Amino acid sequence: MYRIAKANLNALYAAIAASKELYLPVRSAGKTNFAAWTEGAEVDLDTLKTVRSPKDAFFPQSENLYTCDRTDGKISITPEALQEKPFVVFGMKACDVRGVAVLDKVFLSEPVDSYYAARREKGIIVSLACSRPAVSCFCQTFGIDCAAPEGDVATWMAGEYLYWLPQSEKGEALTAELAALLEETDDAAVAEEKASIAAICDRLPLKGLSLENWGAAAADKNFDSPLWEQLYKPCLACGTCTFVCPTCQCYDIKDYSTGTGVQRFRCWDSCMYSDFTMMAHGNNRTSQLQRFRQRFMHKLAYFPANNDGMFSCVGCGRCVDKCPSHLNIVKVIKAFGKEGV
Amino acid sequence: MSEPMHECKYNPGFMRDTLIPQVALITDIRTETPDVKTFRVERPEGGKLFEHLPGQCAMVCVPGVGEAMFSITSSPTNKLYQEFSIKRCGVLTEHLHSMQAGDQILVRGPYGNNFPVEGELKGKNLLFIAGGIALAPLRSVINYVLDNRENYGDIDILYGSRSADDLVQRKEIEEVWSKVPGVKVHLTIDREQEGWDGHVGFVPSYLKELAFDTNRTAILCGPPIMIKFCLQGLKEMGFAMEQVYTTLELRMKCGVGKCGRCNIGTKYVCKDGPVFRFDQVDELPNEY
Repeated sequence: MYRIAKANLNALYAAIAASKELYLPVRSAGKTNFAAWTEGAEVDLDTLKTVRSPKDAFFPQSENLYTCDRTDGKISITPEALQEKPFVVFGMKACDVRGVAVLDKVFLSEPVDSYYAARREKGIIVSLACSRPAVSCFCQTFGIDCAAPEGDVATWMAGEYLYWLPQSEKGEALTAELAALLEETDDAAVAEEKASIAAICDRLPLKGLSLENWGAAAADKNFDSPLWEQLYKPCLACGTCTFVCPTCQCYDIKDYSTGTGVQRFRCWDSCMYSDFTMMAHGNNRTSQLQRFRQRFMHKLAYFPANNDGMFSCVGCGRCVDKCPSHLNIVKVIKAFGKEGV
Repeated sequence: MSEPMHECKYNPGFMRDTLIPQVALITDIRTETPDVKTFRVERPEGGKLFEHLPGQCAMVCVPGVGEAMFSITSSPTNKLYQEFSIKRCGVLTEHLHSMQAGDQILVRGPYGNNFPVEGELKGKNLLFIAGGIALAPLRSVINYVLDNRENYGDIDILYGSRSADDLVQRKEIEEVWSKVPGVKVHLTIDREQEGWDGHVGFVPSYLKELAFDTNRTAILCGPPIMIKFCLQGLKEMGFAMEQVYTTLELRMKCGVGKCGRCNIGTKYVCKDGPVFRFDQVDELPNEY
């Protein structure tokens, strides 16, 4: 276990940024989101949840796949370069770190997505324990401990210090690079912080949220339930839930004309949109009920069925906070669970 | 992460990533019907783009216009090129129909599973049932089977379309397929037409008239309404769902089960399909 005085964190950021890209929560225009660190950036480690998840660091909202040029009718293709520079994502919460593990199941399964894999190779995750989990948090439901986040390095804020614990080879290497700034210490303060977080988690309103009637077995069972008819109605099909979600990975592939050719890029898409499944000869999900059901069945039944029981929800609660019609995955989980409607 | 990092291994057969296509030269375009053309593609320097299996698909792209998944209609036994039979019905297909031999496009693939020509279909009597453009995916299987004739039993091909002018691959059907020993071709068109002395009527009713015994495996492709009534007919004839294959078609973007569009139940049609047996189709949510 190591520590660094909070007052010295700017020196830590500068030391990391000297050789790597550094992304961390930055306050800007009244919102906190992950952004590249620059000298003078208003780093905000106190806000519990960034508006957007940090999944952009590994799966950007938009990224070029290749450039396609046409000369004398002949097409040539230049694949986009893969991530080469190492980078650090600092301050990821336990739920968002699990979110990356969910994305790994998608993008690192065969055939491996080379763009994502390169970012995972070069990316170092420095997680941060949640000092004050909030009412919309339910990561416990998915077996996540926000007091002991995974990641290459885990950190805790306690008193005047940030505590630092390397948890992987990458984390050890980063720690060695920063040795001049970190001092060794015991884990007494962290143990105390963990106990304090656990006490808050115990009182969270969604603590008892049960996944009963969900998981792989629900893939066949819940699809035809009349509950969907009641649940989907407030849904505006805005897609906000999918854009703030750390695990939503559906994407579109589109072209951007450069004048002499085309840049082919992919960007996040949403299963909530009516044209998501539309083809020239028809659409297999014509109603919002079908699209709404697809999102939750995918996260809570199909994904676990295909991934050894791992859910494609991490309980971050962003969709709970952001849905304009107060609809969310918690209501869906509960409606089918033993707590009843 | 508690799990070890995956090695970044790139995908064999692709330039670097399955999302990056190959440049393909259109070497021939055949007009099959008023709205179907067959495009032959090769590498610009000559030769096949890739090897595929019967029933597999590929993404065909015109840069700046669009990209969509099409079944590869040529058989893997064709060692020179790949072919796609494409119906004009949207932005991309409209553009493709305006192209000429000598033009370049982009193709990536092959994607998906295949008809089990070396597995469950081997040694069986086969009954192919197709309507309209749906002959395209079956043609790759039919030609594979005909090129390996000794490995399969009797073959019946029941194919129908709106009119005689809408029969795709008519020349090949009449001049090649129907002349192979042990192969019977049954053509039908929806309505009477001058110059047509063959069968008239919808595919499902012709299927009932032909009254096949169940000692065969059926491969059924066509518009949903045709599938529905043919399947009903096959059931009445005593066919088990395990004896009938089809292909599903949903919106696709990536082709490798990651972009989420063709997800239905626990399956991704691009990766786990497009070929399904009807007992497998029955297990999917009714959303295809």
